[in-house]
Amino acid sequence: MSLTNEKIIKMYTKMVTARLLEEMLQEMFSEGMLHGTTHLGIGQEASGIAACMTLSEGDKITLTHRNHVGCIGIGMDVKSILAEMFGKETGVCGGFGGSMHLVDYEKGNIGANGIVGGGLGLAVGAALKIKYKNENNLVVCFMGDGATNEGLFHEALNLATIWRLPIIFYVENNGYAVSMPTQRSMNIKDIEKRAESYGMRSIILDGNNAIDVYNMTFSAVQYVREGNGPMLIESKTYRISGHSKSDIDQLYRSQEEINSWLAKCPIKRLEEYMLKNNVARSEMLKEINTQVMDELKQAVLFSQNSLEPSVEDIQKYVYAK
Amino acid sequence: MKEITYKEALREAISEEMIRDENVILMGQDIGLYGGNFQVTKDLVLKFGEQRVIDAPLSEAIIAGSATGAAISGLRPVIESMFSDFVTLMMDNIVNQAAKIHYMSAGQISVPMVVRLPVGCGTGAGAQHSQSLEAWMCHVPGLKVVFPSNPHEAKGLLKAAIRDDNPVIFCEHKLLYSTAGSVPEEEYIIPIGQANVTKKGASMTIITYGYSVQKCLIASMQLKAKGIDAEIIDLRTLYPLDEKTILDSVKKTGRVLIVHEAAKTGGLGAEIAALIAEKAYAYLKAPILRVAGKDIPIPFNKTLEQACVPQIGDIKKAAERLMRR
Repeated sequence: MSLTNEKIIKMYTKMVTARLLEEMLQEMFSEGMLHGTTHLGIGQEASGIAACMTLSEGDKITLTHRNHVGCIGIGMDVKSILAEMFGKETGVCGGFGGSMHLVDYEKGNIGANGIVGGGLGLAVGAALKIKYKNENNLVVCFMGDGATNEGLFHEALNLATIWRLPIIFYVENNGYAVSMPTQRSMNIKDIEKRAESYGMRSIILDGNNAIDVYNMTFSAVQYVREGNGPMLIESKTYRISGHSKSDIDQLYRSQEEINSWLAKCPIKRLEEYMLKNNVARSEMLKEINTQVMDELKQAVLFSQNSLEPSVEDIQKYVYAK
Repeated sequence: MKEITYKEALREAISEEMIRDENVILMGQDIGLYGGNFQVTKDLVLKFGEQRVIDAPLSEAIIAGSATGAAISGLRPVIESMFSDFVTLMMDNIVNQAAKIHYMSAGQISVPMVVRLPVGCGTGAGAQHSQSLEAWMCHVPGLKVVFPSNPHEAKGLLKAAIRDDNPVIFCEHKLLYSTAGSVPEEEYIIPIGQANVTKKGASMTIITYGYSVQKCLIASMQLKAKGIDAEIIDLRTLYPLDEKTILDSVKKTGRVLIVHEAAKTGGLGAEIAALIAEKAYAYLKAPILRVAGKDIPIPFNKTLEQACVPQIGDIKKAAERLMRR
């Protein structure tokens, strides 16, 4: 399916939703309105959302601790996300999961994970089931650069290739695992290279260019869906926000570096593309931003007005049945 | 009734469940033509094919991880860790993923999977192939832990474990694999969470599980000659514990001996002793005694290996001491 104007507008709307949601979360955390912690993906909106938009009904994704972008990408309701972050019973996980564990099985998000690389097993297993049942679906396993240094990553890539599973390992290389730059955590420049040793096809894409992300991921999705086995995509991007709400000083990187990536803001770049190619006029973009903001404010109100889960239900989900 | 071995009983359970439900698949190392390290899955690949009896590379972590992923997607994987010791390589996926997903997702997802673990010492395989780690597993909310002591239990419990919608850790003692016992011809299930009073008695309650059950039975026969009539409880399920069966017996006999091969510190015996102290203290006529594995890595030398886990003589001595108090 080619990238229609309608689809680009939808993509833009989702990217704006993720950005405004995360800016709102940042503010609410700094004001102490929310419990726990959060990991923002400001700057990574194109990488996550355009990739999710290439998927079809029945496809699955697994996400990381930095998962809001992916959740919006796969079509989760912002109310259910925000209410979960407020720990309310109307949250997508009833207040039992929280920021790092957003799951919406119906929408295809089969698990965000607080364990770095934790989604690898879930994704490979979901792909195994698709293959076993001969279904026409695939799984996209999102992870950061840090996860590719975990042992499970290497076991997962090997297994996926020997069993020719319908899975895309989507590595969002944002340059840092918390404070550790990739230059210090691995002796290669491109994580993509790691796929080759497992006999897996791989590509690199510009994660801050939504159109490229969509088109290149779409080709990969087609290749995998046709039964050619797994692929690895390295999406080069950058996290403008700190690692988590506790990452305030950011001593490990310079303002110059951050500024150079601010200039490559994926939302600005998509706006420029849309205006230049007559996908939308600037009034329309403004209107989208206003509408999204209204929707988010509604979602905050909804979350604040929702009930806490009952202490009586604390045991309810330990075991199935 | 028919006479089959423990490993044949396990194989029958797997085979019957695979016929019953096409979502049941097996994954593990050398479980195909090789038949599994202890021959539990022998010939199953011929019967069900490589799509369902899946030989995996030496990658325990992804075996457990992908089984979890397959389970949340609707399959019912039964995975084999070649030795229970290698479950350490699976632990993140079992503890952080399989055990918690149902809870964290508020019940959106369940994880119907079985992790089969060949447990225990006595084979001269040394410290890294002989451990009994079941107490670790009981400490993780979200897991169920079972440990059959004979072929009848092995078959009935494994069928229950495969049908359970939760991750079940299935402990199998290596020295039991070739032991035989009676098993009903017709289909049966032993529900998870039910202990069995293997032998009735009035003088004391011996609480045990797994391979130690056989040792306790022999010890109790010898004790009988000395006028000590021990009741033996075979726990069968280690989590959730069958509190009622345990407490009813303790209230009747007033004396408790707990026997297991796993290391004593932090072992299941400590949990059971605490349970009895909390809920049946007033019925006790003597302090609770434990006969358990020593807190040491399992040594290779045969004499040392036998000395580090409870033997029949140790159980008898402890029982006699318990009666004198």
